[in-house]
Amino acid sequence: MATETNLTQGVSLDHHHDDHGHEHHEESFISKYIFSEDHKMIAKQFLITGIIWAFFGGAMSVIFRLQLGFPDMELSFLKPFLGHWLDSAGKLDPNYYLALVTMHGTIMVFFVLTAGLSGTFSNFLIPLQIGARDMASGFMNMLSYWFFFAASVVMFSSLFLETGPAMGGWVVYPPLSALPEAVPGSGAGMTYWLISMALFIISTLLGGINYITTVINMRTKGLSFSRLPLTIWAFFLTAIIGLLSFPVLFAAALLLIFDRSFGTSFYLSEIYMNGEALHNQGGSAILYQHLFWFLGHPEVYIVLLPALGITSEIIATNSRKPIFGYRAMIGSMIGIAILSFIVWAHHMFVTGMNPFLGSIFMFLTLIIAVPSAVKAFNYITTLWRGNIIFTPAMLFSIGLVSVFISGGVTGIILGNNALDIQLHDTYFVVAHFHIVMGSASFFGFMAGVYHWFPKMYGRMMDEKLGYIHFWLTFVGIYLVFFPMHYIGIAGFPRRYYSHTSFDAFSTFTDLNMFISAAAIVTFLGQAIFAFNFVWSIFRGRRAPENPWNSNTLEWTTPVSPGHGNWPGKIPHVYRWAYDYSKPNADKDGFGDFIPQNVPLSKTPHSNLEHENEIMNEQHVEDDLKINDHK
Amino acid sequence: MNTLFIGLAAVLILSILFMLFRIQSLVTIVKGSHQRVGMSNKVNGALMLIVPITLLALTVWYSPIAAESFLPEASSEHGLVTDRLFWTSITVISIMFLITNAGLFWFAYKYQYKEGRQASFFHDNTRLEVFWTIVPAVIMALLVFFGWKAWSDIMSEVPKEAIQVEIMGKQFAWQVRYPGKDKEFGNHDFRLIDDVAGNEFGIDFEDKKSEDDFIARELYIPKGQPVLFKIRARDVLHSVFAPHFRVKMDAVPGMPTQFHFVPTKTTEEMRTELNNPKFNYELACTEICGRGHFAMKFIIVVVEPNEYNTWVAEQTPFLESNPQFKGKGLSDLRKKNLAKKKEEEKSKEQASL
Repeated sequence: MATETNLTQGVSLDHHHDDHGHEHHEESFISKYIFSEDHKMIAKQFLITGIIWAFFGGAMSVIFRLQLGFPDMELSFLKPFLGHWLDSAGKLDPNYYLALVTMHGTIMVFFVLTAGLSGTFSNFLIPLQIGARDMASGFMNMLSYWFFFAASVVMFSSLFLETGPAMGGWVVYPPLSALPEAVPGSGAGMTYWLISMALFIISTLLGGINYITTVINMRTKGLSFSRLPLTIWAFFLTAIIGLLSFPVLFAAALLLIFDRSFGTSFYLSEIYMNGEALHNQGGSAILYQHLFWFLGHPEVYIVLLPALGITSEIIATNSRKPIFGYRAMIGSMIGIAILSFIVWAHHMFVTGMNPFLGSIFMFLTLIIAVPSAVKAFNYITTLWRGNIIFTPAMLFSIGLVSVFISGGVTGIILGNNALDIQLHDTYFVVAHFHIVMGSASFFGFMAGVYHWFPKMYGRMMDEKLGYIHFWLTFVGIYLVFFPMHYIGIAGFPRRYYSHTSFDAFSTFTDLNMFISAAAIVTFLGQAIFAFNFVWSIFRGRRAPENPWNSNTLEWTTPVSPGHGNWPGKIPHVYRWAYDYSKPNADKDGFGDFIPQNVPLSKTPHSNLEHENEIMNEQHVEDDLKINDHK
Repeated sequence: MNTLFIGLAAVLILSILFMLFRIQSLVTIVKGSHQRVGMSNKVNGALMLIVPITLLALTVWYSPIAAESFLPEASSEHGLVTDRLFWTSITVISIMFLITNAGLFWFAYKYQYKEGRQASFFHDNTRLEVFWTIVPAVIMALLVFFGWKAWSDIMSEVPKEAIQVEIMGKQFAWQVRYPGKDKEFGNHDFRLIDDVAGNEFGIDFEDKKSEDDFIARELYIPKGQPVLFKIRARDVLHSVFAPHFRVKMDAVPGMPTQFHFVPTKTTEEMRTELNNPKFNYELACTEICGRGHFAMKFIIVVVEPNEYNTWVAEQTPFLESNPQFKGKGLSDLRKKNLAKKKEEEKSKEQASL
């Protein structure tokens, strides 16, 4: 039945498009580039906004790395940017150090790796890879971007407030975030943060509903769930996770708004501040942490799964091999998606939560390592006996697998609550999540950009610059984050303006200096990417239709697909997305890949047994249909 | 002037790089058909070995140097257990890390593109998949088991004879209270906190138990005896972190928490062991709490039990040095509040008249 609805929908959209095409070719600038409802344009809007945010977030980290690596450095030369965030001696003010840490986290997690990554590639690839003209609701899709834009504007303007932006860490735990007397950033800055996040959540939900609906209802004929490219599976599951978890963050934020502005006591209790006992009683600061991490942990997978999906696609294409364990990959993604909802309290082992609950969450947490391990093994096996072409996208994908493993294994330590006692809130944690979540997702993001750039802009990015960019980033990321494990093992707490007030933490000044230097070089190296990206949009080599000899449907569109994606009929799908290097394909006249839209009847020599069966069944069905018509 | 030169140099370097880039891309165009797989593939393939091996060599060289700056062996009983578990886990994950990364980069190198080779159409193998689902699951189960055992021991019932110390976090300092001779803390209430008058803990002096409570400038604990930290905060979240004892627990306003442990080495013993006469156990804050988060230092002194008893005997109860608080507590506060309310009502009435 499902296929039939798809068929009718496909047909009706076909007609719609044909009518459309004849009536008005020229779109106004505003409807084409600004309030566009075309999924490809919206994807590019997300992409460019995400990249701009990434540079802001990165620059912030460079500034606080200067403070950590070179504590005596005079930063007056940054006065034009930092203004009153520097004191008269040219040193960063401790409050604004916290502001930078907070903003860096918020921007990177939400604006870059959620909106920038998921927003870009879910929007761009879902319709193209499932063979749809556009998203289920173009209008909602447009709103999704503009809500994100509004969130960005609000967050950005909070940087210019007299009392500064939010300063409570990206997790904004109350009471610190609830009381303006506790830290200046909890004044107007925090209000801006909450408004911005509320807008951002709306944006995510609008996008998520759209992705889910589109994947379920608008797949082209023949594209069953068991033939979906792993990218789409990843985006689909990501959207479901987001849809279930972001509302909880919204609730948490709403209660925080009430506590801040309307005198309620959801999170506040027994507080003495500025010479005065506050009236709040009976609230629980831990409640906020539960609500926050109920989103916060799934959020890790919201940023990671799309990257893993992108990697699956790119690794298979460029190894010229089918992805190993397609079904196991889907299974482990579903496993991760489900488990991601029941591990949140491993962020809270030492908050005073019931120790028994701590044990439960340790068990659940370490279970999630199993599907993650399966994924890593499957990627490695996909490379085995392949014929690997190192495109920049492929390099970033291999890099992703490496950092996914390196950061993943330390999760086994942190998820163990007995060991977490010492390591919680130290640099070990910082190292862990920057590698496994930050770097892995960032690599997935970069891989996606390099891989689908030709379809986005009709031109190729420069490969050599891509290689340089990759190796610099890869080495840079290991040099920045790997040594942080050492600092963490030595007990250095995170979010410290300076460690020297403690004898226990006054070692490693040279290593901190090294990390900062590596961070600066790595950050500057991203300029290569920025240049390559912008240059290639306008002056890059013209792209062929299918530059990577890939199987998925997006490569059957014209070089620069217009509104509606396919000029003629939507292609149908007859096979999975991973028929690379299929034996005997040459006898059917194919090279080392058979695109998804090639009917099985055209490849009699290379068909596997079960494919022949499917083909025969289809023939019978078609015959029956023809008879019906008669 | 310097800035100008640096700026000029930067512009110059950037333009040289840009020229190089243009020349490179023009050369490829002139060369004609753009080859899909060329020399670069070999270079990248080689780097797949060179870069990871270099990074590994750096790690092997640097790790022993870094280890010198790690914290010394734990100074608490449970810390010895978790330290052992930590280093075992590190060994296990390092092996996993090395095997998988080696496979990844070796395959990337070995199976780089070769003209005419066909990749194998190998996409499924149930046995392999079952194998590498079960192996991590078993390893995980073992680690979980030992972790769970350690955790349950650490979080077990507090021994009755444990020495109690109250640690209170505030912006931006720790404060420490002892129960005194009766070994029981007097009540406290946040509404009784009065920094100006000097009752920073909000101790309720109507409670007789509070009369012998004393406040200490340094946190003294005896070696070899169970110690219970009763932890609370009076403004925002803080977190008690005593790195040498492997102790960490959040301080939450409105929700008391606790952590108990047995210290195993006195400060003096540590000083000789580390050959550092200035060594001190420190207490830090590990939950972001504002501007002074990084400087909430408190000194912990571990002494022999007899020294500890002498030290306790030397301390003066808070009430003795601050007699003005005698008998002042919650009912007193209630009276004051009622009086205040009445006065307010009166002034309101007057105003309305």
